[in-house]
Amino acid sequence: MAGFNKVVTSYAEAMAGLEDGMTVIAGGFGLCGIPENLIAEIKRLGAKDLTVVSNNCGVDGFGLGILLEDRQIKTMIASYVGENALFEKQLLDGDLEVILTPQGTLAEKMRAAGAGIPAFFTATGYGTPIGEGKEVREFDGRPYILEESIKGDFAIVKAWKADRYGNVVYRHTARNFNPLAATAGKITVVEVEELVEPGELDPADIHTPGIYVDRVIKGNFEKRIEKRTVRSR
Amino acid sequence: MALTREQMAQRVAQEIQDGSYVNLGIGIPTLVANYIPDGIEVMLQSENGLLGMGRYPYEDEVDADMINAGKETVTAIDGAAIFDSAESFAMIRGGHVDLTVLGAFEVDVNGNIASWMIPNKLVKGMGGAMDLVAGAENIICTMTHASKHGESKLLSQCELPLTGAGCIRRVLTDLAFLEIKDGAFHLLERAPGVSVEEIERLTAGKLVVPEHVPEMQLDA
Repeated sequence: MAGFNKVVTSYAEAMAGLEDGMTVIAGGFGLCGIPENLIAEIKRLGAKDLTVVSNNCGVDGFGLGILLEDRQIKTMIASYVGENALFEKQLLDGDLEVILTPQGTLAEKMRAAGAGIPAFFTATGYGTPIGEGKEVREFDGRPYILEESIKGDFAIVKAWKADRYGNVVYRHTARNFNPLAATAGKITVVEVEELVEPGELDPADIHTPGIYVDRVIKGNFEKRIEKRTVRSR
Repeated sequence: MALTREQMAQRVAQEIQDGSYVNLGIGIPTLVANYIPDGIEVMLQSENGLLGMGRYPYEDEVDADMINAGKETVTAIDGAAIFDSAESFAMIRGGHVDLTVLGAFEVDVNGNIASWMIPNKLVKGMGGAMDLVAGAENIICTMTHASKHGESKLLSQCELPLTGAGCIRRVLTDLAFLEIKDGAFHLLERAPGVSVEEIERLTAGKLVVPEHVPEMQLDA
């Protein structure tokens, strides 16, 4: 009896059911809080023609950037993609489609999908190329554009701690898009630094309640730093 | 003399009020944090989900899970709050941030801003800039007044694709501090040693010049 035990012990189990052409929503901001091992598993599985939804697309050789190496990404939905030479090449060669989406709109598209809201009006992007072709409606004299939410076949999430019920907490700014991604997947997979016993996490401090989570796996993380800025004593 | 990047940051910092929430963009806006006057309390918002951004960490404080919107390692001040990206943009879009400072390629007399895309050059994305300009009531745009070739960036109408429409009210350039209203740039201050004539020559959009244009007051 599995009951509420959402813990899986292999990455193959964690990503079981991933198929060509699926939409994968990934948490993370830059390289902070990215589900690095779940991404590596997608590379190993070799699924192709994926639509990947994430704020960024990793860097060359790490994070979502590794899915470019075997051309697994067909469409990338992101707000900023500047850190990746292979991405640039595939985009210029026409091998990759990119749909640039304002960062707040991207977060809200995930949040709305998870909350059962198919679309929402926002002022962001009105009067810009992002607003072209989208329905406009005025509220209190100000124009807003209609943006549709984004549901994922899979959501892949990186968190700090989880219990077997799938209750999750994130650490510092590694939270970013992760809780939103977690709500928006038909199958939501969370990889964590630490598995804890039920009751160890204060119920009032849970960031993502287990109802959103299908699978939990404990991973080991490199946690690469993109821009190491320090001051001297 | 045109202002240096540091002097521009210094002038913008004078506009920051005690007890305000401020979002600083990449580049010159980031430098503004170094010139916040002593004795006032400011909360810096970083759109990846941090309110109360602190200084860069010492080497032994570096934490991969603690970064700012520029993806740089940072610290949080005592009293900071951390939240997810939807919450962060709820603050921004909902008009809760008191002051936003960001850079631009062009602005125009109607408060339009272009800052993210140059056609036929590689487009990296708008990040949070479109949300910031759509949400903030109070934005200061920092930019050079003209290109290296002397082409004005303060225009009648932006030529590049917009980041936001009708959202910019104040512009600080290396030559002047200006307000945008009633379809014109209004000259508020000039950089020390810069003449009104030079500003007029390098402003393509309609410019309203009052009888007396004070020089900016900057600390040495």
